[in-house]
Amino acid sequence: MSDITPSQTVGPFFAYGLAPHSRCEWRPGQDKSAYDWKETAGANLQTADASGTKIRIEGSVLDGDGMPINDAMIEIWQADGQGRYAHPRDTRARPNTKFMGFGRSATDKDGVYSFDTIKPGAVPGPNGKPQAPHIVFCIFSRGMLRQIYTRLYFSDEASNTTDPILTLVPQDRRGTLVAHKEMRGELPVYRFDIRVQGENETVFFDI
Amino acid sequence: MTLVFPKESLSTFPKHLSPDYRSTVKRSPSKPLIVVPQTLSELTGPVYGHNAVQESDADLTKQHKGEPLGERIIVHGHVLDEDKRPVPDTLVEIWQANACGRYVHNVDQHPAPLDPNFTGAGRTITDKKGYFRFITVKPGAYPWGNHHNAWRPNHIHFSVFGHSFLSRLVTQMYFPGDPLFPLDPIFNSVTDEKARQRMISRFDLENTIPDWALCFRFDIVLRGREATPQDPDKH
Repeated sequence: MSDITPSQTVGPFFAYGLAPHSRCEWRPGQDKSAYDWKETAGANLQTADASGTKIRIEGSVLDGDGMPINDAMIEIWQADGQGRYAHPRDTRARPNTKFMGFGRSATDKDGVYSFDTIKPGAVPGPNGKPQAPHIVFCIFSRGMLRQIYTRLYFSDEASNTTDPILTLVPQDRRGTLVAHKEMRGELPVYRFDIRVQGENETVFFDI
Repeated sequence: MTLVFPKESLSTFPKHLSPDYRSTVKRSPSKPLIVVPQTLSELTGPVYGHNAVQESDADLTKQHKGEPLGERIIVHGHVLDEDKRPVPDTLVEIWQANACGRYVHNVDQHPAPLDPNFTGAGRTITDKKGYFRFITVKPGAYPWGNHHNAWRPNHIHFSVFGHSFLSRLVTQMYFPGDPLFPLDPIFNSVTDEKARQRMISRFDLENTIPDWALCFRFDIVLRGREATPQDPDKH
């Protein structure tokens, strides 16, 4: 029997501590200079040494009525452009030593989050089968007593069809995990809405 | 050392849908979660935030010109894995209401004063023994809109990373003997009595500083344990 510390909700007021420079407007009153606080993790993952395609990820977080969740926190974890993770368990050589692969964005009043990052490469999967490029999403919010995990896949990746995780998802729900690419000038923007509940509910993982 | 992350360890976590906490009704997945294997993508995780953290960030009473009002307290403990081994060098972030029960957030319109000398955010990195220590003031209880005359017990929010993205934990630390415990649907979303006790800090007389501050101990146990042989009989 395990005795880990139980999870509790992040609540509505995390932004000034966890995401002070994110999209959420949390500052009370008129004094915008008060209560300044550096951030440990932000929504821009790009580093000067990170090779690969610079991309933007944007989306809304929606509740069971389709209403925007304006107090969610999204955390992402991803490999670099070559598919390597900045973590001791990934022992492969990693030329992009400054690229950490972790981002955090609080949603704004319209429930919108965003990240500027590098498109990850394919990463090793179970039984030596490669996984299609993807980003792990972890979602926290008021009204969520524990985090929920999902994944973002990219609409322009043919390898999605053989991805060992995506193929475990019922076919009619796989689309909820695929972010759609549009070009904004030179910048590829991947749109990824997260529907927490209801019609077209995003697939979440039991891991 | 290879850590594994058994799913059974999550059995005492709150259910996503806990209707007594009303906000869960529209914010919990309604379809079954899809069971998938843990891959390198989940078994790794952020080792992060260290550059932004200064030693002074762990003292929430010294972030402004003057000292905040309220009961000065020390909150300390260890971050451990499921086998009670220390989790060193990991980021611990906290945030809380001030002594009056008011958060520095424009959504909090509870008619209690803000304290110009208190933000309520702190962070630190655990040492080699997984140890962390904060100095702060005891947060006040505050009302919320969940039901008639609903009040949250005094609590400090904790965010911890650990060894992988699966050990990531956001929780709340409570204070011993709070009369609001039986009335709080967030606290009681953890239905196992022993598991609820693990969210309550312990009054730590030994580490109190006489004439200066009381002390509370809060040990945090994250998901993850050392891999054990598949078939112990063969060894």
